[in-house]
Amino acid sequence: MKDTTTSAVIEARGLGLTFETNDGPVRALTDVDLSIGKGEFVSFIGPSGCGKTTFLRCVAALEHPTTGTLSVNGMSADAARQARAYGYVFQAAGLYPWRTIAGNIRLPLEIMGFSRADQEERIERVLSLVDLEGFGKKYPWQLSGGMQQRASIARALAFDADILLMDEPFGALDEIVRDRLNEELLKLWARTEKTIGFVTHSIPEAVYLSTRIVVMSPRPGRITDVIESTLPRERPLDIRDTPEFIAIAHRVREGLRAGHGDEV
Amino acid sequence: MSGAAISPGWIVAAVIAAGAAFVDLRLAMLLALWLGAWFVNARLSRLKGPLPRWLVPAIFGLTLLALWELAVRLFGISPVILPAPSAIAARIAGSLPILWADFVQTALKGALTGYVLGCGAAVAVAVLIDRSAFLQRGLLPVGNFVAALPIVGIAPIMVMWFGFDWQSKAAVVIVMVFFPVLVNMVAGLKATEPMQRDLMATYHASYWQTLWKLRFPAALPFLFNGLKIATTLALIGAIVAEFFGSPIVGMGFRINASIGQLSLDMIWAEIAVAALAGSAFYGLVGFIERRVTFWHPSQRR
Amino acid sequence: MRSILPILTVLLAIVAVWYAAAVWMNSTWTYDQAARAGVEVTFGEVVADTLAQERPVLPAPHQVAKGLWDGLFGQKVTSKRSLVYHGWITLSATLLGFAIGTVMGIALAVGIVHNRAMDMSVMPWAIASQTIPILAIAPMIIVVMNALGLQGLVPKSIISAYLSFFPVVVGMVKGLRSPDAMQLDLLRTYNASAADVLLKLRLPASLPYLFASLKVGVAASLVGAIVGELPTGAVAGLGARLLSGSYYGQTVLIWAALFAAAIVAAGLVMLIGLIERISLRRMGLAR
Repeated sequence: MKDTTTSAVIEARGLGLTFETNDGPVRALTDVDLSIGKGEFVSFIGPSGCGKTTFLRCVAALEHPTTGTLSVNGMSADAARQARAYGYVFQAAGLYPWRTIAGNIRLPLEIMGFSRADQEERIERVLSLVDLEGFGKKYPWQLSGGMQQRASIARALAFDADILLMDEPFGALDEIVRDRLNEELLKLWARTEKTIGFVTHSIPEAVYLSTRIVVMSPRPGRITDVIESTLPRERPLDIRDTPEFIAIAHRVREGLRAGHGDEV
Repeated sequence: MSGAAISPGWIVAAVIAAGAAFVDLRLAMLLALWLGAWFVNARLSRLKGPLPRWLVPAIFGLTLLALWELAVRLFGISPVILPAPSAIAARIAGSLPILWADFVQTALKGALTGYVLGCGAAVAVAVLIDRSAFLQRGLLPVGNFVAALPIVGIAPIMVMWFGFDWQSKAAVVIVMVFFPVLVNMVAGLKATEPMQRDLMATYHASYWQTLWKLRFPAALPFLFNGLKIATTLALIGAIVAEFFGSPIVGMGFRINASIGQLSLDMIWAEIAVAALAGSAFYGLVGFIERRVTFWHPSQRR
Repeated sequence: MRSILPILTVLLAIVAVWYAAAVWMNSTWTYDQAARAGVEVTFGEVVADTLAQERPVLPAPHQVAKGLWDGLFGQKVTSKRSLVYHGWITLSATLLGFAIGTVMGIALAVGIVHNRAMDMSVMPWAIASQTIPILAIAPMIIVVMNALGLQGLVPKSIISAYLSFFPVVVGMVKGLRSPDAMQLDLLRTYNASAADVLLKLRLPASLPYLFASLKVGVAASLVGAIVGELPTGAVAGLGARLLSGSYYGQTVLIWAALFAAAIVAAGLVMLIGLIERISLRRMGLAR
């Protein structure tokens, strides 16, 4: 483990979130202790309802925890959001159909008041980062699903936040496209050295991408295991056939099963 | 059942037409014209491509006009009951200055002024009440209710308040178009997905930034629905309001005055102008809609 | 149900604005009268006078309510001054025309869905007709029918019928075409006849669309019947009441007739809404 205590970018202590619903309170998150260091790639995995998305939304200040403390970049999550500390990638690309790809990437830049020249320069840069050069003038609905999702990653990268929060960004794509985007994401991470929080329900995806894998379990949503990856940073796709990879995947599966077991 | 061969249905129809010839030769002629045109259309409608798309309805419309003309001539229908299309066309050609003046008075001054003011007010109110869920919950049911009422009935009141000229017509139009546009615009402003709003939250976008960059564009397809409904309402309002009092110009006035003189060709001429104005107005709004909301799934080709 | 409070607030605000407007708009006359009589009036007197004038520019809500009450319950329903009498005249023409227009509209829609030639010939015109102010031919229909010896109920019903006809055709065609390819293919695997497809799939699927059209259609029918009462001069019906009120400057009468028309319209739309809810629930289509 890297020295996460001194350079923690995201730090949660005893974090809990309870939703009040018509059928009574739902404990979406309980007692979450986690600290994520700078430059880490942390995956959150678990069955639906385990709170992995909720945790990410708490970090993004889209939800507000009911108990515990959460700091992002040393400030509260809300202050971090106001300081535009992170880029968020949703499950669907969610591009605005009335804007071109370039226009969609420009959206956060307009809101954050970047100069016109700076906007153009950044759009060109992130478009090439996600391999979409030449598609800036297209409309989202003229692109494939994989290209749309790449554009939405470019949109999250455009304003150079240190943290990238990704909520099952490739969940809706087929496996072949997903493999390629995973590979590209790793390269992007190596180039930009961002801190990435990544929600997924795919074990191979989590193992392939992460430096750490957080296994979560539902009712109440909580962390059941944190697995340190021993894989090297350089990861070709065929690393998934190595015994090391399979061993880690096995540990994740065991963790998921254990979390499931004590619920029954 | 309908292949290349002539189906039994057609034979029966032809026999009926022939039988009608024994009763009344004129009736048989009309029936023959109708069947002939229908036969052509039935054939044409099986073809693919853009040509039949407009040729078939055009033939249908022209056939109706021809039947009308023929019926009036053959049966000698009095012009105070139903003037022939040719007589109406002659009247239109001979009264262009009058028709133009009526059009300017009713469609441009009355309907268009009221339309712009009413729709503008509705959009403004929709944005104003956008932040208050309380006001929306109160205003929307009231708006939906009022939109179903016979609002043209306020015409006599508006004529009393604003006089005989176009101002009172514009006032009627404002009230008529206001609620449909308001209801659509409020619905449109709600039409964004939670994910899109969350995205704006992650950018720490202000209320007005979110409104202008996300919710207003997303509301446009709904707004145009309201705007298109309102075009027809505006013309109806302006014309009907003139039935309750007007200066001696205007489409509604002309229709009302021509009734007294039994000059039905003039009424039909005004109706033709109204139809043209209505289609053109709707077409214009539809054209703007296609240009502005080209990205919406319903507009994509 | 939690909308009740906001709705009441909005209604209360409307009434308040209405009262304020009534005082403001009617005060000119009060001041004129006072100036002519050479007396000074206090603000309190102005308010009292503006809310109780014989022919106010804008009648106060309670005056309209009283006019409506008198019209509805103040006299025998057969009286020429009864709003029930006039309302029934208008309502009967509306209902007859609406029924005719709906039946014909549904029939044409079924034809359009089953016959391609009919679809291509008629449908563009039916859609175009919605952009045209066809209400404008209402007065002519009344006069022509009159010349043919038809008066009263029938000519107005014809107007109501054609006004409700087109929305029903367009909505019904949309509804009959709403089943998707998979549902249609399923029936094809059963080798179902065209009649079976119509009765068991297309018609049930079209009901939500039909009801939406019916609400539009019945409102249009009522407007048609009211406008159809104008050209004959103020004889009978709510339209005639509006016209005679406007002839004689009897503003309270106009407003009372207007509210009576609003009640009829609201009643009709709510009735269709009720039938819609019941039938959709029975079919398991209710949301």
